[in-house]
Amino acid sequence: MGADARPQLRMTHGRQVEYGLGVYSGKLGMWVFLCSEVMFFTALIGAYIILRWGSSQSWPDPTKVLNITLTAFNTFLLICSSVSMVKAYAAISHGDQRGLRLWLLATVAGGAAFVGVQVYEYLHLIHDGVLPSGFREGGEIMEALTRAGLPTGGHELFGAAFFTMTGFHGFHVSCGVLCMIWVTIKAFRGHYTQAHHEGIEVIGLYWHFVDLVWIILFTIVYLF
Amino acid sequence: MTAPAGAAHGPDAAHAEHHHEPSFLRKYVFSTDHKVIAIQFLFYSLFFLLVGGALAMLIRWQLGFPGQPLPGAGVLGDEAAPGGVIAPKFYLSLVTMHATYMIFFAVMPLLVGTFANYLIPLKIGAPDMAFPRLNMWSFWLMIPAGVLALAGLVVEGGSAAAGWTAYAPLANTPDYTGVTTGQILWCLSIAVFAASSLLGSVNYITTIINLRAPGMVWFRLPLSVWALFITAILAILAVPILAGAVIMLLFDQILHTHFYLPAVGGQPLLWQHLFWFFGHPEVYILILPAMGIVSEIIANGSRKPIFGYHTMVYAIIGIAFLGWMVWGHHMFQSGMNPILGTSFMVSTVLIAVPTAIKVFNWMGTMWRGRLWLHTPMLNAIAFVAMFVIGGLSGIFMASTPVDMYIHDTYFIVAHIHYVLFGGSLFAIFAGIYFWFPKMFGRMMNERLGKLHFWTTFVAYNATFFPMHLLGIAGHMRRIYDPNAYRFLQPLQPLNTFISVSAFVLFAAQLPFIVNFFWSMFRGRPAGMNPWRDNGLEWTVPSPPPHGNFAATPKVLHGPYEFSHPDTGEDFLPQDQPLPTRPGA
Repeated sequence: MGADARPQLRMTHGRQVEYGLGVYSGKLGMWVFLCSEVMFFTALIGAYIILRWGSSQSWPDPTKVLNITLTAFNTFLLICSSVSMVKAYAAISHGDQRGLRLWLLATVAGGAAFVGVQVYEYLHLIHDGVLPSGFREGGEIMEALTRAGLPTGGHELFGAAFFTMTGFHGFHVSCGVLCMIWVTIKAFRGHYTQAHHEGIEVIGLYWHFVDLVWIILFTIVYLF
Repeated sequence: MTAPAGAAHGPDAAHAEHHHEPSFLRKYVFSTDHKVIAIQFLFYSLFFLLVGGALAMLIRWQLGFPGQPLPGAGVLGDEAAPGGVIAPKFYLSLVTMHATYMIFFAVMPLLVGTFANYLIPLKIGAPDMAFPRLNMWSFWLMIPAGVLALAGLVVEGGSAAAGWTAYAPLANTPDYTGVTTGQILWCLSIAVFAASSLLGSVNYITTIINLRAPGMVWFRLPLSVWALFITAILAILAVPILAGAVIMLLFDQILHTHFYLPAVGGQPLLWQHLFWFFGHPEVYILILPAMGIVSEIIANGSRKPIFGYHTMVYAIIGIAFLGWMVWGHHMFQSGMNPILGTSFMVSTVLIAVPTAIKVFNWMGTMWRGRLWLHTPMLNAIAFVAMFVIGGLSGIFMASTPVDMYIHDTYFIVAHIHYVLFGGSLFAIFAGIYFWFPKMFGRMMNERLGKLHFWTTFVAYNATFFPMHLLGIAGHMRRIYDPNAYRFLQPLQPLNTFISVSAFVLFAAQLPFIVNFFWSMFRGRPAGMNPWRDNGLEWTVPSPPPHGNFAATPKVLHGPYEFSHPDTGEDFLPQDQPLPTRPGA
């Protein structure tokens, strides 16, 4: 039996190749990259768990230090941008160019707004004395905690963990927004068609992943 | 494929032809051709191999002749070597940077930069990687990483001096080592290295899954490709852990966070766990590709099919899987829960099983083979022998009670060099001798090759075997002057012997360097298949043209059909049909 007779061959770039996982290279590469990202955030989240719950020192109550309402709104924004990403993909799957462009613009706006709110949050926290190296003595936060009779210990790690974890997430969203702008420009130039819109699917995977990471971070950094 | 390079075989071939000659920069510098990138990695990592080796010579000078001025060492400056005597602080930088260069910038880029890039597309019958541009970036990111790693040698305060393991809190503050900028540069360098490794691994995994030529089913893949595939999976999952850990270490230094500083609740053990959670898979990243290379060469040099192809594959997977649950064996003395130590001991000793399967399979392959002892084969056999010694000394350290005594002694230095030099590096030399003709179109000189092999083999054993004895006698690793301890003073003659052997070992690399450059221009033209091997890379001209294959090859059988009774030749390339026996 010759190799030609076997059914599990497929074509790529005009060449015959052995059937892999049935996923085109761009998508497969993104999945592999996301595996790596999972491990990167595992290192950070694992470190957070060890530092916060594995140490004898007390940990400031996040709900007292961080603005939960603002961040809940921000979380909502990010989830909305994931929805618009899905809508963009659905639009181009049906060949709807106008829908693709509108929904991509909405996604860019959602991501950019998320980063904007995060920058605002950071500036506020730093102003109040929440620093990566710990709470500033005499800062707003320290005074507020003392006034409320809450323990102030353990804050040296709070700032470090908070800024590192949310910062790396914010960095990922920022990169995502930049790529999304690039994809949107391409969409406006008519680069994607009903038959070929792999780029939309690949960046969508990344976008949903970053969204998912945020839901975990929001839960353990802000709510717990 | 005996057709001349210019002949076209249908539309595929037309696609692979040079439509226009690319510019010099595109062709040799910012190239996206996997073969050029592989050769760039080759030069890059051989340079670091030389630098790392030179640092080792300085270390050996201090240990062999403590406190004596090294002739010519004055050029290192007054801070590093006042009056030619190596200073204690500089010594600590030497041990740190020797390991850093060798692991991250020499052996790893040789295995997963050079060989992965060169072999994967050629061996699976693909025109290039799945993402050629990412592939180019993976090399060009190594340039800033390497520059950052080298920059430590010239900045104020010197290079990182906390060991390649950068244990916390030693590496976190300059209070202990006196190094500020150097340690920051080290962290940055490792972070950039991690990005490069990531791009490479994404490429290798995607390429192997998606671009195999028709007929190249999983169990016809050459073992080197299998090993590189599993290695890429290890790298994609392990290296980001190092990146995360190193970034937190960097923040401890520049943002004054306290991730690893115990004074305010940070956890030094956290660094060790993260580091070794990366570090142990890293050990297999450094050895699995070497095993793959050796499997190819031993089958070729024995003119026999590899013994137990399937078990070889399963053993690679088994080693990689077990490699994830053994990291704690680096930490028996860290104050970790001793009960945890027992479980790490058991999982570590279990790795001996798949490893032994591989060793017995290599011996089974050679058994009653018609041995062709070419230079690659000699190096490959040396790999097996040395790896057995390194593997057996590993069992000593895996046993918690024994490890308590030999932990952080020269026994571990002997062990690491038996697996990383005796193992990986002999396999790398085997691989370079074997695929050099394909890369450059010319043979390396066999006489110089054998001279290089035998002098290296003898000097290598004379250097590293006595280190076991030093370790058992209690000689600590990384110490500046063993004579400061009375109980180590009687070991000085042994230390001097090791140093002299090490100098011979370094000098023994000269024939290799001469051979390498001489053969590149003056070597005997290699032809398509000088080793009479079966891999698809030997069915194309040496060096292969851009796009590799004039027409997509069809793979008809596995890669180890040597000495098939019904063929005239003692080899059968993978695109040639197996003979059909009449009446069978």
